[in-house]
Amino acid sequence: MASAAGEVRLIGAWPSPFVLRPRVALNLKGVEYEFLQEKFGEKSELLLRSNPVYKKIPVLLHHDKPVCESMIIVEYVDEVWATTGQAILPADPYERALHRFWAVYVDDKWFPSMFGIAKAETEEAKAESAEQAWAGLKLLEEAFEKLSKGKTFFGGDTIGYVDIALGAYLGWAKVIEQMTGLKLLDEEKTPLLAVWAERFCAHEAVKEVMPETEKLMEFAKMRLGK
Amino acid sequence: MAEGASEGLVLLDFWVSPFGQRCRIALAEKGVEYEYREENLRDKSPLLLKSNPVHKKIPVLIDHGKPVCESLNIVQYIDEKWPDRAPLLPADPYARAEARFWADLVEKKVCIPPPPPRMYESGTKLWKLKGEAQEEATKEFIEMLKLLEGELGDKKYFGGEMFGLVDIALIPFTAWFYSYEACAKLSTEKEVPKLVAWGKRCRERESVSKSLPDPLKVYEFVCFLKKVYGIE
Repeated sequence: MASAAGEVRLIGAWPSPFVLRPRVALNLKGVEYEFLQEKFGEKSELLLRSNPVYKKIPVLLHHDKPVCESMIIVEYVDEVWATTGQAILPADPYERALHRFWAVYVDDKWFPSMFGIAKAETEEAKAESAEQAWAGLKLLEEAFEKLSKGKTFFGGDTIGYVDIALGAYLGWAKVIEQMTGLKLLDEEKTPLLAVWAERFCAHEAVKEVMPETEKLMEFAKMRLGK
Repeated sequence: MAEGASEGLVLLDFWVSPFGQRCRIALAEKGVEYEYREENLRDKSPLLLKSNPVHKKIPVLIDHGKPVCESLNIVQYIDEKWPDRAPLLPADPYARAEARFWADLVEKKVCIPPPPPRMYESGTKLWKLKGEAQEEATKEFIEMLKLLEGELGDKKYFGGEMFGLVDIALIPFTAWFYSYEACAKLSTEKEVPKLVAWGKRCRERESVSKSLPDPLKVYEFVCFLKKVYGIE
């Protein structure tokens, strides 16, 4: 569905997993938007004006009105374009509650452990973070089993809220795997998620916006190097 | 009332918990009956552990055996399950996104949870720290309240005329203002008068006045916690 020029704009940056989320949502709904890439190390006036509280990306500008926080933007997109594309959150209140719960879990509990692996300064610290990340993935594997009901995604046949929340981190997960030699999404530990990850990354709405691992690696080295 | 008959709806909670109070307020706004169960947080029930295996925390709303966890999640669930009355979120998607943003901000910035490891939330710092650290925490806390007051402006509630998600997210913490003021020598009346007035307006609603504890009882609880942590 074409939107009028300038109607939908997204302030973001290509490496950010948080920015990936609204991009996938907009793609799922077939909404055209203008992507405003922020310069690294320098926040634009537009960003600072649009998100004065946190000054962070992503920010969705819809008819110039800002929406902030990645999963809030996803839900907003789902509601505004409710009649086009597929539903991102399910219709049933209980299932919605489950999707919201696991999306919060991914951000509050799982992401810090994954990030902990990257930040770890000793082998011990790395191993501890890895154990936590794997334990989290086991819980997510169980959640996947329950929510997917045997289908491809947390959202069933189509990409849903938790898919977007967790899937956004897959690019960085691969970088961490390469940098540390640890396998995060291990077919032996979490077989369902290992398959899900491939399917998510290969999805039409995702593959163009999921950054390539090599590019992310370069970016990571550049940022860490400074 | 057949809907939400108390055999079907159970709230696992703890009397002083602002997170639990959010759920109580939402249920009261909707006029839904439920069974309230007080948990002993130092000896959690098997039902709690089974219902919230991931976090093992209250509140948990169990709807005919199906548990919903995380207070703001529960409030949204209640709103969506009983859409025919007392809407807690506005109809317009943009206004809804704004409400979720501010409720999320309250979550990130205000929280005063009980025992560790969440040591460094704004409010808790006020009674746990001393000296310079406490002064710093007090400044941070006031800044955050001022930010919220700015968003409230001259509106009746955060949602305008409609009492909703953001009000519900924040109002339980006002029962702790007395304790913060006693421990940290600050005056919310002076610093954020509009917010204090908003608090009074909210407490005129039965759903709120019935769900919030007496600030003096909260203060007793804080004093008890201070003893437990060996803080004077």
